Amino acid sequence: MPFIPNTNLQRIQMLAEMGLDEDGLFADIPAEMRCKGMNLPEPLAEQELRNLMSALAGRNRTDLISFLGGGFYDHFTPAALDAILSRSEFYTAYTPYQPEISQGTLQAMYEYQSAICRLTEMEVANASVYDGGTAIYEAIMMAMRVTGRRRVIVDQTVNPIYRKMIRSYTHNLGIELVETRPQNGRARRSEILDNLRVETAAVVLQNPNFFGMIDDFTDVAEMTAQHGALSIVSCYPISLGILKTPGEMGVDIVTGEGQSLGLGLSFGGPYLGFMATRKKYMRKMPGRISGRTVDEQGRDGFVMTLQAREQHIRREKATSNICTNQNLCALTALTYLSLLGKQGLREVAQSCADKTGYAKQRLLQVPGVRLKYPDRWHFNEFVLELPARADQVIRRLLQRGVAAGFPLAAYYPDMEMSLLVALTEKRSKADIDFFAHVLEISL
Amino acid sequence: MKLIFDKSIAGRRGVRPVKEELASRADFPEHMLRKRPAELPELAEIDVVRHFTTLSQKNFGVDSGFYPLGSCTMKYNPKVCERVVRYPGFFDLHPLLPQLPSGQTLVEGALEVLYEMDMMLQEICGMAGFTLQPLAGAHGELTGTMIMAAYHRDRGAKKTIMLIPDSGHGTNPASAAIAGFDVKTIPSDDRGLMSMKALKEALDDSVAGLMLTCPNTLGLFNSRVKDICRLIHDVDGLVYCDGANMNAMLGVCRPGDVGFDIVHVNLHKTFATPHGGGGPGSGPVGVVERLLDFLPISVVRKADDGSFYLDYNLPKSIGYVAPFYGSFGVILKAFAYLRMLGGEGLRRVSQNAVLNANYVRKKLEPYFDLPFPQLCKHECVFSATRQKKNGVAAMDIAKALIERGFHPPTIYFPLTVKEAMMIEPTETESKETLDHFIDAMIDISQQADSDPRAVKRCPTNTPVGRLDEVRAARNPDVASVASVASPASAASLPGESING
Repeated sequence: MPFIPNTNLQRIQMLAEMGLDEDGLFADIPAEMRCKGMNLPEPLAEQELRNLMSALAGRNRTDLISFLGGGFYDHFTPAALDAILSRSEFYTAYTPYQPEISQGTLQAMYEYQSAICRLTEMEVANASVYDGGTAIYEAIMMAMRVTGRRRVIVDQTVNPIYRKMIRSYTHNLGIELVETRPQNGRARRSEILDNLRVETAAVVLQNPNFFGMIDDFTDVAEMTAQHGALSIVSCYPISLGILKTPGEMGVDIVTGEGQSLGLGLSFGGPYLGFMATRKKYMRKMPGRISGRTVDEQGRDGFVMTLQAREQHIRREKATSNICTNQNLCALTALTYLSLLGKQGLREVAQSCADKTGYAKQRLLQVPGVRLKYPDRWHFNEFVLELPARADQVIRRLLQRGVAAGFPLAAYYPDMEMSLLVALTEKRSKADIDFFAHVLEISL
Repeated sequence: MKLIFDKSIAGRRGVRPVKEELASRADFPEHMLRKRPAELPELAEIDVVRHFTTLSQKNFGVDSGFYPLGSCTMKYNPKVCERVVRYPGFFDLHPLLPQLPSGQTLVEGALEVLYEMDMMLQEICGMAGFTLQPLAGAHGELTGTMIMAAYHRDRGAKKTIMLIPDSGHGTNPASAAIAGFDVKTIPSDDRGLMSMKALKEALDDSVAGLMLTCPNTLGLFNSRVKDICRLIHDVDGLVYCDGANMNAMLGVCRPGDVGFDIVHVNLHKTFATPHGGGGPGSGPVGVVERLLDFLPISVVRKADDGSFYLDYNLPKSIGYVAPFYGSFGVILKAFAYLRMLGGEGLRRVSQNAVLNANYVRKKLEPYFDLPFPQLCKHECVFSATRQKKNGVAAMDIAKALIERGFHPPTIYFPLTVKEAMMIEPTETESKETLDHFIDAMIDISQQADSDPRAVKRCPTNTPVGRLDEVRAARNPDVASVASVASPASAASLPGESING
């Protein structure tokens, strides 16, 4: 049998030593509860499996020239990243319950937390949660614990998928969710302020927002604080290579999707939710945290710490039900940031922004195409207003091998002509020129 | 060992991103830019590779040696599964593609994997449908309890109480609380099973459901589970099976057949995907027919023409629990594993897992207290109470195992056993490995008598000794941040710790 080393002879020996037979192993399960066999596909040898899997992979279109983003981006990943992550001492271990033989994981967690703090200019970070959406939800719950209030403002420029997730999660908890409407593609300050006047726990924003627009939330963070609420900003980590940080804006809780830090798109996961906050809220933060301490001989070492917040001790009174972190994904992000380094991350961010600048200029040369929000800055994504329905244009471009972007009408029904276009450093000038060319002949 | 930040040398470069000359550049106003670059390390590729290789050598994984961590099913993770997820057709696949017009034809292979995985899990668990979206076991519990809440709300029933045995995982009560329920704990009886008397006393119309780990966290199968389900159904409640321990009963007993309404399985336990040092996991949730309408959005379906599509039109659904279709990379590995094993292979998994656990139970019974000495399933739970009389606690035995080259069992869980040591060998371990472990445990039990202080000194052969956890919690140092106060330090001074 695959992956079972014991031979039949060994099994017989073991049973004999125990005075049991094969059936006796399940004597405690009454006959009426036994299952009558399972109808599963026939087992495959490794070679057959690999043939099957490559055939399945071959039926997915990853050959398109893609300008699809929406919060999930196709960045370059260096080969050294794969080499490090294939160390099985990392990936076949579990939660570091025994620190003496888990210093690799624990130090990496601590370094990941530090890297997130340095990137966001925040004071403390946890060792990650599932994804960017659950990170916002956890941040909201945290803000409610800090403020003792149950009203939450979420701006409509926050990724609509995350807003749907927040809605599902808060449904049973008697939380009042208010969505504020943007103006010209950015968070409308006056509407947030109007809503803040009622007992509010948190204001949730995104930077760059779902339309790709960058913003400075210093003013929102300030007015949120004045009303005794916490500001939560979900951000795109690559953009922090050059853009003003949430820490500098005075934001209380920073979250984000870490997929762009070296993780594959992998059809939606596994991803990485990062989360950072101020020191004073550390004990209200959910999730695993690694801390530095010393052993009996005074040597530095790392342990999981502040566990009194967690479910295995607090049970139903825990800060969250989360039991693990996305550890291998966090290690990926740390490794990615270390390989690129201080200068490399800046260059990647600048390259994304430059290509976006070029793409905007080039695509606007196509007759009838304009920018939906021309008066603001875009980091790596922008909304094009087309002279035709975006879904029809996308369909035509797919036939020419280009995934032109995301049709915003899928989540904003009044934006039928709007196309969300994303760039990364992986798209070349030739790709952009080709996109502009096929767009022009498809309109 | 130095932090990676403290190895930084100003001006050194690692991987160089692509450079391309473009006619235009982004031109952000100064006030929108960060004032100083993020203080990431400045290192060459070799520095980074050596740093992480050295860290990896301070870790212990399933590939390093025996890892009988109870309740976690640390079985071998087949290498071919690691390879197939890297196929570009999977690894580079954008999750928004199927949401484009006629986009579902762009991801047919991926949708087929998800659909077939759903089908296989239905067959394994005896359920009518699965969602693959939950991103971990605890996330599966939350999804399952949210489904319970939606079901009762749909029927107009006001049900607020979730029953959970005292031996349940801590995630059970935490998940139920987040789904909006009040938790009522049911004590265990003297055989280690949930007390039927206490259960019956707790039953009334306010009971929304029961969360039961099956087999339970002592590794025991409750032969009255069918009666228990009936009792809960009699008060219009639902029964949730925490399937964390499914490795004990594949092909032997299916949760759906005995009356459970909802089950979650841990792909990272039962179906051999690696634990990743604590994630990513995956915790698909299966439900019976009457709960299908409440599954999260979206659901993969097969059209009459054999093509696959995502169904978003689910008016009674609990909504979105994950951004997309689940932890696809993890699901792929479990899919590959299931396709290699087939039905008979899975049955052999459980037979061998149970055989190995009982073998360890029998062999160690003379040396350690065994509070519940009956036949166990995938794991057995000993107590160090006998050794504790000499001052040797479960923690000390764990450290003595580390000294001898083994990963310790889960200790101090379940909470219902004093000085608990929960041993789950899994089916992927050989008799020789088990015998070595058993010899080590016997050796430790003898040393606990002859020289307890020697046991308490362990481990002495690891990169660090026992660490001061109290200090870590009292005076937390959880991040090294570059000193940002003075501009002069912006280059690459060693980090400064945050002390809370």
